[in-house]
Amino acid sequence: MTYETVIGVEVHAQLRTKSKMFCGCGATFGLSANSQTCPVCLGLPGSLPVINRMAVEMAVRAGLALNCAITASNQFARKNYFYPDLPKGYQISQYESPICQHGWIEVVVAEGTRRVRIRRAHLEEDAGKNVHETGTGGSRVDLNRAGTPLLEIVTEPDMRSADEVVSYLKGLRDILMYLEVCDGNMEEGSFRCEPNLSLRPIGQTEFGTKVELKNINSFKYVKDAIDYEIKRQTQVLNEGGTIRQETRLWSIERGETAVMRSKEEAHDYRYFPDPDLVPLKLEQAWIEAWRSSLPELPAVRMRRFVEAYGLPEYDAGVLTASRAMAEYFESCVTQFNHPKTVSNWVMGELTRELNNSGTDIAVSPVSPERLVSLMQMVDTGTISLKVAREIFPELYRSGKAPEHIVQEKGLTQVSDEGALGKVIDEVLAKSPAQVAQFKEGKQQVLGFLVGQVMKASGGKANPGKVNELLRKRLG
Amino acid sequence: MSLHNLTLIGLQQKFTAGEATAMEIVRAYSLRIGQVEPKVRAFVTQAREAACEQAEVLDRKLKRWRRTMPLSGMPLAVKDNICTDGVPTTCSSRMLQNFVPPYDASVIGKLRAQDYILLGKTNLDEFAMGSSTENSAFGPSRNPWNLRCVPGGSSGGSAAAVAAEECVAALGSDTGGSIRQPAAFCGVVGLKPTYGRVSRYGLVAFASSLDQIGPITRNVSDAAFLLGAIAGHDPLDSTSIDRPVPDYMKALQKKDLKRLRVGVPVEFFTEGLDPEVDHAIRSAIEELRHLGAEVKEIRLPRTDAAVAVYYVIATAEASSNLARFDGVKFGFRAKETKDLLDLYIKTRQEGFGPEVKRRIMLGTYVLSAGYYDAYYGKAQAVRTLVCQDFEAAFKEVDVIVTPTTPTPAFKLGEKSEDPLQMYLSDIFTISVNLAGLPAISLPCGFSKAGLPIGLQLIGRAFEEETVLRAAHAYEQSTQWHQKKPMIR
Repeated sequence: MTYETVIGVEVHAQLRTKSKMFCGCGATFGLSANSQTCPVCLGLPGSLPVINRMAVEMAVRAGLALNCAITASNQFARKNYFYPDLPKGYQISQYESPICQHGWIEVVVAEGTRRVRIRRAHLEEDAGKNVHETGTGGSRVDLNRAGTPLLEIVTEPDMRSADEVVSYLKGLRDILMYLEVCDGNMEEGSFRCEPNLSLRPIGQTEFGTKVELKNINSFKYVKDAIDYEIKRQTQVLNEGGTIRQETRLWSIERGETAVMRSKEEAHDYRYFPDPDLVPLKLEQAWIEAWRSSLPELPAVRMRRFVEAYGLPEYDAGVLTASRAMAEYFESCVTQFNHPKTVSNWVMGELTRELNNSGTDIAVSPVSPERLVSLMQMVDTGTISLKVAREIFPELYRSGKAPEHIVQEKGLTQVSDEGALGKVIDEVLAKSPAQVAQFKEGKQQVLGFLVGQVMKASGGKANPGKVNELLRKRLG
Repeated sequence: MSLHNLTLIGLQQKFTAGEATAMEIVRAYSLRIGQVEPKVRAFVTQAREAACEQAEVLDRKLKRWRRTMPLSGMPLAVKDNICTDGVPTTCSSRMLQNFVPPYDASVIGKLRAQDYILLGKTNLDEFAMGSSTENSAFGPSRNPWNLRCVPGGSSGGSAAAVAAEECVAALGSDTGGSIRQPAAFCGVVGLKPTYGRVSRYGLVAFASSLDQIGPITRNVSDAAFLLGAIAGHDPLDSTSIDRPVPDYMKALQKKDLKRLRVGVPVEFFTEGLDPEVDHAIRSAIEELRHLGAEVKEIRLPRTDAAVAVYYVIATAEASSNLARFDGVKFGFRAKETKDLLDLYIKTRQEGFGPEVKRRIMLGTYVLSAGYYDAYYGKAQAVRTLVCQDFEAAFKEVDVIVTPTTPTPAFKLGEKSEDPLQMYLSDIFTISVNLAGLPAISLPCGFSKAGLPIGLQLIGRAFEEETVLRAAHAYEQSTQWHQKKPMIR
């Protein structure tokens, strides 16, 4: 029997606020254990939460970018369960009134693009981390992360393959990073995803029993885990078995999923409205102000790059993958209106140097202005494209203006007929055999002669001009 | 007259006039505590040495600057569920027996800024759950009027300490009557402010939507004075309300009650009411009429549902609020546990007393999947109806007058085996918390056995001034508040 895979995804995106969701502690990753804590995020008796305004703004901006309806009256709820990394014995979250609802994003799939619907996105606080020591068998609790703000984004079961899930996740991550509400770092856990997956015979409308997958911290593992799970479930069903509703953990080492807990072991979280927080009301005018200040999002920008600049889809996709790169590109194009040339430089030489030095394009040592000067020098024939490419690494490292480098090295292209004529005459005198061949009709020999002239000029001769002059003399 | 006989305002005037030093005040109270505390047992922790040090620093400071603050040198006691930086805060629970908070509750911060002196932390029913202080893990406090009787609860230690003159005034907390009921039992004044009037930051939460800190004092003026010192918006408590704090002392200046409309809810005068209490309250109502108030009967039809609603909502919130006591980060941790679950179970089994466990179980149950709507959801709906009762009543009257409790103080052990009987001793105070209103209890008579009887006055939200004015006028025309217990 063949099955259709049905997948929905939950993402926990850590919001890039300066302080935590309900207290003034910092939310920086990687500091020494329990150094970023206070009575509130430690859950000390008597302490009370206060909502972080910045987190609410970021959630609203994300919601608007995900085409969600924004909830005007928000209530925070307590999700009750015991775990050492959860200091209060409950997590403050949202239950009945998530701040964002009923959205969608456009996702690239095999047949083109498709909408993946967002069911809800809600604000909540993160838990701390349990650190298990090897050897002693002891465990310690680090509460630095406890109370950092999260936006939990839940889709409808709209995806049908691992590739679609990865495509959705990349699209979502791009949007959140564009908005600067999440740094998207999967390894550090600031963008965590938990797919849930079920199979059903093709043509069946009811959903099968779903399994939730956890412990996935890269796009590669998303794909591996889902593909593994499809295989596993298919096998179980084909052997006449039934899928149990459960949560399974992905193991990187073993490349397979294993049961973490079954439905029977699932918690009753006893959600109820948090009496410590009054309802959070958002005014429509305030929401609209955020809507109008949203930046252009990657998908829209990519389409515009294709249409307005005539770029290939591939180029447009690469250039809009980060907001900073798109802005760099556009800054160049406004000063030098040759989009494809700019695209080649940005995606080629510039990206290579940035990658080599691990630098973000937002702080590129070669500014758009410098790159434009370089491209203009090629365009006007002052230097050859070859020379421009050769000097780019120096331009990148020295921080000097391209005109300076060209002048210092005497790399200005020679187009002057008198000067070129001299070199050409010398080359022709040294190559009587080739001249004879050309006159017999062997056109290919011209390339050899051009090459000789270029070599003799130290690469500075303008190849177009050389070609023209050679033809004239041999004509 | 000894220093410990004075009211808060009386003592403050003496101190400001330079007629008593802070050290003299602290010594006078130390002496008094030494005499009566072995009988009353109001305190969980005494801060004698720290109080002396504070007094010394304060006296030295005054020699140089001669500037005092309203509470400078005033020796107060604080209920032991309000966090005090560096001073143990136990909630009268084994769970927090050795817990020393690293921070001050916001009300304590305010008192500290005014140079008050902390004499000690007072006993309560464990985590404020109870009406007699018999649920304290460290033993019950006694009623100074009769040491075989309970002082009420849960702020029984604070009320007993004020009545026994072991402090000039005290802070309590009130979730369902925990300030007013012990104030009534001990013959002192207890004020529960409007929900949101005083910051809850640093008050160890029992039921967050009901808890409120308030003063317990020897008379109404002192209550007004102390309320002014602790009231106000706190950015650390989202449920505290940002509105100006009026001058409560000013509200007391008007001596008569002309044009004040006083409502008497018929539902409060039914069978369970002790005849002596009934008589005292009716006499008090006559006195209010005599002072110029217009008295009329009103109805609060949902009064009978209030206790049920309260024990669903309060326990639901408590079950979640007390989840943090898990043996992981602070407080008690059970020894010799084999795994995480065992650690949780044993810690909570050994750390909590029976009443706290009963309420956690009840609260967990009413929030459980499948029961939520029938219990918690329903209780919230009825809570709204209780509020509407009051709203309707306050269209006709300005103040509602009721007994604070159905009976005077009962004997130790009399109700401790029967939780439902115990719950009913809060029947007249509970609906006020559900509606978030301000209410005061003040002495209005004595039983034949010599036990105090309390009169409750309830006001509109944020109209503490009206409540205080009516209470003050009544107090000025009677002598009840001047009687003092013979502690024996």
